[in-house]
Amino acid sequence: MCVLGESRLEGYHGLAYRKLVEAGVNVGDTVEVSFGDESFVGRLMPRVESDDDSVVTIKLPNGYNIGLSVVDASVRLVSPAGGLHQQPPVEEAVGFGAGEYVALISTGGTIASRVEYETGAVRPALRASDLMSLVPELEGISRLKTQVLMSILSEDMKPAYWERIARAVYSELEAGAAGVVVAHGTDTMGYTAAALSFALRGVDRPIVLVGSQRSSDRPSSDAYTNLLCAVKFAKESFRPGVYVCMHASTSDPTCAVIPGVKVRKMHTSRRDAFKAVNTRPVAFVDRDKLVFLDESSKGYVVGGGVVFKPGFSDKAALIEYYPGFSLDILNWLAEKGYLGVVLAGTGLGHVSSELVDGIARLRRSGFLIYMTSQCLYGRVNMNVYTTGRRLLAAGVVPLGDMLPETAYVKLSWALANYPLEEVDGVMRSNLVGELSARSVYSGEWT
Amino acid sequence: MKVGLEIHQQLDTREKLFCACPTRPATGKPDYEFRRVLRATKSELGVVDPAAQFEEVRRRVYVYQGFRDHTCLVEMDEEPPHELNMEALEIGLMCAMLLGARPVDEVVVMRKTVIDGSNTSGFQRTALIALGGGIKLGDKTIGISTLCLEEDAARLVSSDASTGVVTYRLDRLGVPLIEISTKPDITTPEEAGAAAYEIGRILRRLRRVKRGLGTIRQDINVSVEGGARIEVKGVQELSLISKVVSFEAKRQEGLLRLREELRRRVPAVVVSDPVDLTSEFEATQSNTIKQGLKSGGGVFGVRVEGFSGYFKFEVAPGKRFGSELADYARQIAGVGGLIHSDELPAYGVTQEEVDAVKRKLGCSDVDGFVLVVAERTRAERALSVVAKRCAQAIDGVVEETRAAQPDGTTRFLRPMPGSARMYPETDVPYVRVTSETLSRLKSAIPPPLEELESRLVSLKVSSELAKQAVESEWLNVLETMLAEAPEAAQLLCSVLTQDVRELSREGVGVDELPDHVVLELLRGAVRKGLLRDQVKQALRLVATSSRSVGEALEEISSTTISLGELDAIIESVIDSNKQLISARGAEAFKPLMGDVMKLVRGRAPGSIVSQRLAQKLRERTERVSAQG
Repeated sequence: MCVLGESRLEGYHGLAYRKLVEAGVNVGDTVEVSFGDESFVGRLMPRVESDDDSVVTIKLPNGYNIGLSVVDASVRLVSPAGGLHQQPPVEEAVGFGAGEYVALISTGGTIASRVEYETGAVRPALRASDLMSLVPELEGISRLKTQVLMSILSEDMKPAYWERIARAVYSELEAGAAGVVVAHGTDTMGYTAAALSFALRGVDRPIVLVGSQRSSDRPSSDAYTNLLCAVKFAKESFRPGVYVCMHASTSDPTCAVIPGVKVRKMHTSRRDAFKAVNTRPVAFVDRDKLVFLDESSKGYVVGGGVVFKPGFSDKAALIEYYPGFSLDILNWLAEKGYLGVVLAGTGLGHVSSELVDGIARLRRSGFLIYMTSQCLYGRVNMNVYTTGRRLLAAGVVPLGDMLPETAYVKLSWALANYPLEEVDGVMRSNLVGELSARSVYSGEWT
Repeated sequence: MKVGLEIHQQLDTREKLFCACPTRPATGKPDYEFRRVLRATKSELGVVDPAAQFEEVRRRVYVYQGFRDHTCLVEMDEEPPHELNMEALEIGLMCAMLLGARPVDEVVVMRKTVIDGSNTSGFQRTALIALGGGIKLGDKTIGISTLCLEEDAARLVSSDASTGVVTYRLDRLGVPLIEISTKPDITTPEEAGAAAYEIGRILRRLRRVKRGLGTIRQDINVSVEGGARIEVKGVQELSLISKVVSFEAKRQEGLLRLREELRRRVPAVVVSDPVDLTSEFEATQSNTIKQGLKSGGGVFGVRVEGFSGYFKFEVAPGKRFGSELADYARQIAGVGGLIHSDELPAYGVTQEEVDAVKRKLGCSDVDGFVLVVAERTRAERALSVVAKRCAQAIDGVVEETRAAQPDGTTRFLRPMPGSARMYPETDVPYVRVTSETLSRLKSAIPPPLEELESRLVSLKVSSELAKQAVESEWLNVLETMLAEAPEAAQLLCSVLTQDVRELSREGVGVDELPDHVVLELLRGAVRKGLLRDQVKQALRLVATSSRSVGEALEEISSTTISLGELDAIIESVIDSNKQLISARGAEAFKPLMGDVMKLVRGRAPGSIVSQRLAQKLRERTERVSAQG
């Protein structure tokens, strides 16, 4: 892996770039920046593209980086960099017996990235085996078979990648892993969890998605605990299904294991950002114990084996309704060839009554429209108010307590795997726990 | 001797360095608590910082206490830092200019690994903002190497060695600090004290620094010829600096003497593996050991070859090598202490027991031994630390970080951190420092304290008091009040120097009063024309009771009288004694004084009454003679 990327003057442009090229200097080299009678010696550091183009960043011998303007300065090469960015070779373990190990698939994100100590840049390029070296305690829990499937940022995830991940997980299960852990960026981890839930319906072993909210370069990272707990759950729970395993609270060291179709990132930055919505976690895990909230489900095995349907369509959309929402948006989707949309409506599942006629027209033309609630918590009920009833009459399909994101993923999956006329039926039925019939009281609201 | 100082001064900014929380300390009970662990992370080259490794080995659990009004998700390491506080940066840059340092053109915030739990993130955010410059001490210049802006750490509440739980409060975490590091140009303990004083004076000139204990902390780097660099952390009082420097120099010299003696006796210090000696103490009468055994521990020991007599070697006044060893064992392995052969028989350990230990360990006459009473793993860890440190004794001084003690001595704290501990804080954008910013800041630097001093003198403050006043920690309050009531300069200076000092010596917590409270009190006092003694009483009342400033002033002025009221009483007495005055002139003072005191009824001190009466009398007789 080339840690520094393609350019030997990463991030430099304009004046600074020209002066550095003239001086024959590369990032990592020791340079002297002189201003008449004063000069500074340090190692040239890369910069971020958008920064001021007259400044160079150098690392002083005391470890500090400083920026110096080269407008009135001269730059001189003192000594070239020596063997700096070399990664030690990593030996992958070989020879795994069935059920003895957990497969760890890395897709990218904060948990699978590491800081480059020289520059501080966080790069999504960590080998899955490096995760093992980050958390030596893993050895006491399970052997790990690791692979880097992809190395992308969470926000770059798309339906085609869900399919790739699903195929990779499936083949690890076929090969005999006791469970699979998928390291993933947190921003879209909930979507991928839902995608795997549908693609691997009926799976007989645990598939656990794990991420981190604090990068693993920092001593306080949640990556250690999350990874440890995820592997423990994958190896020891015998609980089939797809889950997200992340911090249960702001404190270390307990993680919550949440069903993949009922999980949502509810905070931009907290460790315990992932919450079970309209359900509760199936278990809490820490280094020493695994506590199921529902003892009866422990060791539950789904009959009939896995129904592997890894395809996802990119002709589904998810739209949040807002006051002032225009029908143009839905019309545009239909014109562009989208086959259906999941709406995150208001309250019990509404959009403006002014849209009802237009929605009815779209439905008649074969465009699929599903209703979820932007409240996230609770279920839609379109029989309570007139607008709801009219939307139902117009052909909008209510999706109960399904999360908007889960509904979107399910629609993408259904469109790729079922004939169009069956999609409404698929969407309405509970396949992997995405729809619950009962709304269980979860205590005081905070 | 080479000494360098690192002065850390809290800045009095409105907000913290990387979030919008206030910088004032929290009072009362914390609102919430949470628990974390920290891990030493490997650098890109697979290197773990020794100081970080050391903390990880200790396996601590950190409990953090937060306050809704003082801490947010940033201090909890639950939200990325906000942008660098520009107010703090500007104060730092002004300080750089006063020191003649060269500001950087762009500020890059770094992360410095610290995993003793004092930072929730596991690192301290710090930025180098200027380089070079110096301060003058007479004819000598002490060079400045760097000026950094950094976030203060969390406040330690408690540390339980047996459970490994360390508790911190988060209110102080993130308060901006300026760190000024001198070059190792200082060569005597006295010079160290003088340099710290001078830097403090420059900082105070900015009027934007916090006051009170703990708002300024000094770290001191000391090395003697042939020694090693020792960093002594956490010297909170200026008066302690020269003491710490001279203790540390003596300690290093002591270690060098020990090295020479050891080298004469042995080629290398060999230490045996730990041996279980519990059976040798089955019938012991030693309470220390009995207690340790009762709580499930054992007695473990090592033979240290050629070390007999050196445990009691005095490395510094009052500090034997044995007690140094105990510091390491305590810090690293968390044992209560250790027992060495040079102090036995003692603590109820008999000569027979000593002999038995020596037999079992195979000690010759020149060999010494060290015992630890603890549970096996802990004891073995402690003894391996002891073994390592004894072996190092033949090398002389070990480079390390030590903690200053209130008596000026120092104790082992942790290994010296290496260079692997610093990397950029990628969550905070760089900040460009332009020449326009610098010239704007230059014109905003407050005038030197000497200027204020001469202004005070021109306001009829004695030169001695003026000198004290500009040294006062209440400089900001003094200046604000001077702008509003220059006529009260004398009163303000006396109250804000001598009186607050006396009050805090009496244990009255005036230092903890916020500036705005003291300002309100002084304003009220000036308006009511209170006397100095009354102001002091009002301060005492506000600091020691729950009374508001208004209530305190009311109470004081009802039990005492103001200058205006006193003058009115004096005027009326003079008025009704005109004949007496014209008849007896200055000799009328005595009978008049008696009359006035009757009316004052003890509500003002006699000295003030007599001073005012004398003055009024003089005015009156002068006026009369002028009219005549």
